[in-house]
Amino acid sequence: MNYNVNEKGYYGDFGGAYIPEMLYPNVEELRQNYLKIMQEADFQKEFHELLREYVGRPTPLYYAKRFSEKYGTKVYLKREDLCHTGAHKVNNTIGQILMAQRLGKKRIIAETGAGQHGVATATVCALMGLECIVYMGAIDIKRQAPNVARMKMLGAKVIPAESGSKTLKDATNEAIRDWISNPTDTHYIIGSVVGPHPYPDMVARFQSVISTEVKKQLQEKENRDTPDYVVACVGGGSNAAGLYYHYLDNPKVGIIAVEAAGKGIDSGESAATSALGKEGIIHGSKTLLMQTPDGQITEPYSISAGLDYPGVGPMHAHLFRSKRGEFISVTDADAMQAGLELSKLEGIIPAIETAHALAIFKDRKFKKDDVVVVNLSGRGDKDLNTYIEYFDLA
Amino acid sequence: MNRINKKMQEGKKLLSIYFTAGYPDIEDTMPTLEALQENGVDMVEIGLPFSDPLADGPTIQESSTHALKNGMTTAKLFEQLKDVRKTIDIPLIIMGYFNPVLQYGIEDFCAKCKEIGIDGMILPDLPLAEYELHYKDIFEKNDLKFIFLITPQTSDERIRQIDQASDSFIYMVSTASTTGATSGFSNVQRDYFERIASLNLKNPQIVGFGIKDSETFITATKNAKGAIIGSAFIKHITEHGVEKIDDFVSKIR
Repeated sequence: MNYNVNEKGYYGDFGGAYIPEMLYPNVEELRQNYLKIMQEADFQKEFHELLREYVGRPTPLYYAKRFSEKYGTKVYLKREDLCHTGAHKVNNTIGQILMAQRLGKKRIIAETGAGQHGVATATVCALMGLECIVYMGAIDIKRQAPNVARMKMLGAKVIPAESGSKTLKDATNEAIRDWISNPTDTHYIIGSVVGPHPYPDMVARFQSVISTEVKKQLQEKENRDTPDYVVACVGGGSNAAGLYYHYLDNPKVGIIAVEAAGKGIDSGESAATSALGKEGIIHGSKTLLMQTPDGQITEPYSISAGLDYPGVGPMHAHLFRSKRGEFISVTDADAMQAGLELSKLEGIIPAIETAHALAIFKDRKFKKDDVVVVNLSGRGDKDLNTYIEYFDLA
Repeated sequence: MNRINKKMQEGKKLLSIYFTAGYPDIEDTMPTLEALQENGVDMVEIGLPFSDPLADGPTIQESSTHALKNGMTTAKLFEQLKDVRKTIDIPLIIMGYFNPVLQYGIEDFCAKCKEIGIDGMILPDLPLAEYELHYKDIFEKNDLKFIFLITPQTSDERIRQIDQASDSFIYMVSTASTTGATSGFSNVQRDYFERIASLNLKNPQIVGFGIKDSETFITATKNAKGAIIGSAFIKHITEHGVEKIDDFVSKIR
C-alpha cells in the first residue's frame, strides 16, 4: 500500500480538493506549480540556506538519558523546539513564503490557533517585507495574548474571527473567505497538512526536513538510519507528517500518532479525531472529522490550543484507516504531568501539544533496546500561564 | 422536462430568491416558499444550513447559525417539504454544503429530493472534478440538475468545460467575494457580464452575489437570463419577518 499522496491528490480514501469555484484558480495555480518550483535549484538553495542560517537547522537529535532510564527504552528527542520562533511551524512558512514570492503574490494570509503558526508566518513576512494578515479566533486571542503581541511586533495585522465558535476552525474559515475575496494577489499559508490538495502534500514536503535530518543523525548515533518507532502529537498533523515522511513506506518503523483526548474520549470535551470522527469534508479536504449525525462540524476541546481542531490531515486519516499508524489519545491531565516530568528529568519545558506525545510512555511499553524518536515539536514558553495555573506554581 | 429547464424557456428575466430553511423561525420554511411563489418569484433556492459555510458572508452565516439553533436538520427539512408540490409549482433548488449531504448519504439524499420534487442542487464545495469522478450518475438518475458556479476569475476554457457539464443554468458569481457584498456593480462587473455573454454558452446564466435591489437586478440581467438575491432578502425577513415578503419582491421588479 502507498501511504503518500497519489497523483489525484488522495491518500487512500482521503484528501482531494473540495473547494468552491472562487478558489479554483488559486489552488489550481499552486497545484500546477508547486512541485516544479520546489525542485528548482535556486529554490532549494534559498530554502536550505534560510533553514540553516535563519531557523537554526539542523536541530539536534538529543538522546534523553534520564527519560530513557525511567521508561526502560531508548528515547531520542528531535529538538524542533529549538527552531527560531519556538516550533517546527517555521519550516513550512519559510517554504511557503518562497513559493508565494515565485508565484508573484504580494499579500500573505494565515490562520492560527495557539498563535505559533501565526507567529511563524508573521516572522517570514517581516523577513521578506510582505504584507501579513493573520486570522485568529476571538477566544484564542484572549487565551494567547503573548503570541498576539509577537505577531503585532512583527508587523502583522491580527483579525479576530468572530463567527461560529471563534476558534481555529473559524479562523480557517475566515482566512478562506479572505482568499475568496482577494483572488489574485494573495497567497494563503496554511499551517498544517490540511486543506485542499496540494496543501497537505506541500506542507508535508516542507516539514519532511525533520525526518531527513533524523535519518542522518540516527546513522551517526545508532549506526542505522531507521528507528523502531516515530512518535508525534497530531492536531492537523504537520509535525507528525514531517517526522514520519521518509518512514511512511518502511514497515519496520512503527508510526505512533498521539491525539488530544481532552477531558476523556467519552467526556464530550475531546479532540481525538480518529476515535470520534467520521469521514467528511472540512476546509477543502475529505478526511476524518468530528461532526454531528447531521453533518454539522462540532467544536473540539483540548487544553492545548494547537491540538484543538475537529479534523486531521488526510495523510493521518489514511494512516489510521489503513492501520499503518497506531493512534493513542492522551488526556489533558496526563499531558500536563508529562510536560512537568520532562522539565524535571531533562531540563526541557515542552509545549503542551508536544507533552501529549511524551505522555504515552506511561502506558505504552517499549522494549529495552527499541529506538524511539519523539518529535519535540515546540517549546513551552507560550504555555507558561497554563502550566502555572494548572500546577499552582505562582 | 425538469421544471428548471422549462422555466429557462420563458421569455422574461428570472428572479430567483435564496433563503435559509428554518429561519427566522423553524416553521417558516413553507410560509416563505408560499409567499415567494404568490409574489411572482420565478425560482427558489432553499438553503440547507451548515455550521461552516465557507462561501458565505456574515448575513447568511448568521441565518444558518440561527436556523441550526432553531433545530434545523436535513431530516427536518425533508419533513417540512414533503407536501411542497401540492402548493408550489416553481422550480426548487437546494443549496448547501457537501458535508451534511454526505452524512445523510448522497444516494438517499438525492432519492429523497426526487421523491419530494426538488429540481436541482447547488453545492459550492463539490467541484467539477470530484462531481464527475464520483457523483454525477447519482444526480442524473434522480433528475437533479447540478448547478456549477463561475466567477470573474474562471478562465474561458474552464467556463466551456462547465457549460458542457451543465444542463440547466450556470450560476454566475458577480464578484470575487463571499455572499452579501454590498458595493454595487462597477465597470469590472459590466465587462465580465459582457465577456460571458459573448461566449454564447449553451446554458443560460443566472447572476448571483451582490444583487440587492432593482438597480443591481437590472444591471445583472442585461445580458444574463436572471439573477439571484440572497443576503438582501435574508436581511429583509430578519427585520420584517416572513409576512412582508411582498414588500421586498415588489421593489425588485
